[in-house]
Amino acid sequence: MSARDEILARLRTALADGPPPVQVPRRYRRVDDRADLVDTLIDRLEDYRAVVHRGLDALPRLLSGVDRLAVPTDVPADWLAGYGGQLHRDAPPLSPAALDGMDAVLTGCAVAVADTGTIILDAGPSQGRRALTLVPDRHICVVRTEQVVGLLPEALTRLDPRAPLTWISGPSATSDIELNRVEGVHGPRRLEVVLISSGA
Amino acid sequence: MSHPVAPATGDGRIRTPLPFPTAARAAVADPQLRANLHRATRTIRAKRARVVDEVPDWEALRDAGSAIKADVQRRLPELLEQFEASATAAGATVHWARDAAEACQIVVALTRAAGADEVVKVKSMATQEIELNEALEAAGIAAYETDLAELIVQFGEDTPSHILVPAIHYNRAQIREIFQRRMSDAPADLTDEPAALAEAARAHLRRRFLSARVAVSGANFAVADTGTLVVVESEGNGRMCLTLPETLISVVGVEKLLPTFTDLEVFLQLLPRSSTGERMNPYTSMWTGVTPGDGPQTVHIVLVDNGRSAVLADPVGRPALSCIRCSACLNACPVYERAGGHAYGSVYPGPIGAILSPQLTGVADNASLPYASTLCGACYDVCPVKINIPEILVHLRQQAPHPPAERATMRLLSWVMRNPRRWAAALRLGRVGAGPLGAYRERRTGARTLRRLPWPASAWTRSRDLPLPAPQTFREWWGKQ
Repeated sequence: MSARDEILARLRTALADGPPPVQVPRRYRRVDDRADLVDTLIDRLEDYRAVVHRGLDALPRLLSGVDRLAVPTDVPADWLAGYGGQLHRDAPPLSPAALDGMDAVLTGCAVAVADTGTIILDAGPSQGRRALTLVPDRHICVVRTEQVVGLLPEALTRLDPRAPLTWISGPSATSDIELNRVEGVHGPRRLEVVLISSGA
Repeated sequence: MSHPVAPATGDGRIRTPLPFPTAARAAVADPQLRANLHRATRTIRAKRARVVDEVPDWEALRDAGSAIKADVQRRLPELLEQFEASATAAGATVHWARDAAEACQIVVALTRAAGADEVVKVKSMATQEIELNEALEAAGIAAYETDLAELIVQFGEDTPSHILVPAIHYNRAQIREIFQRRMSDAPADLTDEPAALAEAARAHLRRRFLSARVAVSGANFAVADTGTLVVVESEGNGRMCLTLPETLISVVGVEKLLPTFTDLEVFLQLLPRSSTGERMNPYTSMWTGVTPGDGPQTVHIVLVDNGRSAVLADPVGRPALSCIRCSACLNACPVYERAGGHAYGSVYPGPIGAILSPQLTGVADNASLPYASTLCGACYDVCPVKINIPEILVHLRQQAPHPPAERATMRLLSWVMRNPRRWAAALRLGRVGAGPLGAYRERRTGARTLRRLPWPASAWTRSRDLPLPAPQTFREWWGKQ
């Protein structure tokens, strides 16, 4: 008998007592209609020591100190207005070593969850592949206000489960040494979020 | 037509080599270890309580989480088949392993097939359970742990002592000493500041991440309807391993399934707040098979039984399979706080380990673990999926072998306690017998307790004080009022 068939047979035998069907009570909150979602998001992001900026005008200043910038191929042109450094588009794909030599990466996102201060990337428009936002030490992420939802259940309904998903809540961190939270281990040590209003 | 196959117990690092009281003795006598544990568990309890209190629907989330897991257990065979079909359709290859040895063989063979002689590893309880690092080493494959705490433990040639923070038993000075001794590229002027220690680990692992060809991970959740795997982490080492190598091998216990992608809305709220006391962990990665041009292009999933079918077979003990490895029960447990994780022998320490390990191996092979508890119930209160750990502990104690003298004592006690008159007489007798001793102890020490009893009752007082009977019982006092 194959391992697969044997394990399935063992599990079926184990359930010989015939456990009754289960109704899952879903009485938890699935929608948050708070008016101040963006303020909550900012509060939670800053609590995790991400740096938050408002408005597209913040980008040129943020990028002024960046000599080598990695971007997905479809990054909107207006995000790069006036950028004078070396621009590295991810086509053909940048090698891990090349990504490691970047000063920063600039991307958009798919959804942001106010309640937990989480930004979700799904490899959709202006996000690129997973390695892009992982290897460079500084991640500048543009979040449009219409991408902000209140609660995690709202975020999941906006995502395609088959896409590679990366959820980010603040910069890389560890709590392994005496349970002190230290920002910056293997992922980007700096996360900067630029919030822009709908349509901007 | 297949005939019934019996559920089987598992093997690997889930067995206590020594009885718990023996294994705990050294830890309880080590003041540095007790101080480290006390500080760490107290800190994380406070953090967890703060972020749980701010969630108005916490109890509703726990109820949903508990019910979803009960549903998974009830439908495990069909959900596994569904998961296999979805993951395969998305480009992953699914393997099945009856036990620890078979799971290790599969990973070794896949690593060799990828032409690699080293792997980078994401922290995973399942791979510790099956002793994968040892099996890889025996096959000439180097396994590099990349989680900071796992790296500390690996450098220290030690074993993890906590599910979530495996190096919880070390303080910063000890970690600095381990790095200086074992990390070839540690800075000469390394301080014991946590930021400096984390920076040293970053520099040490960076090149390895960028060049690794095979990664091995576990998974926090496996979603049946989509074939998605989920890994929750903090440092980014998980993302590195799950993204950069060409081949990814994920070792997943069969109980890790969730029926639908939507169910993640419950568990991704319960897990981070219960484990690290954060609203959300810094990084969560989800992948479904292979995505062309993005991440590993060869994805293997090894589904492991290794005793889980035996746990499923016990209707009382079955909910232990609901565990999401958050470790809130460890941090709440007065026994864990004093004994530390190593005393439990298994990779699953603390209250959950005390019910999970004996069920995975068979109670006879881990008979002392169900007693590694005061039955205070703190673990049940904090469990995000409401596993009634005290109930299962009592159930397992009944199954463990008991010495004849103990059985005789309990039978006598049961006879005495069944009848109110016999019970009152026994209390009177005990008080009269111990009265002078109690009065003497109270005069000398201010407490009516005994430190040790003569053999064979000394086995009881080795780790406990024995309170002597009070001068009068409550009933007697009440009768006089």
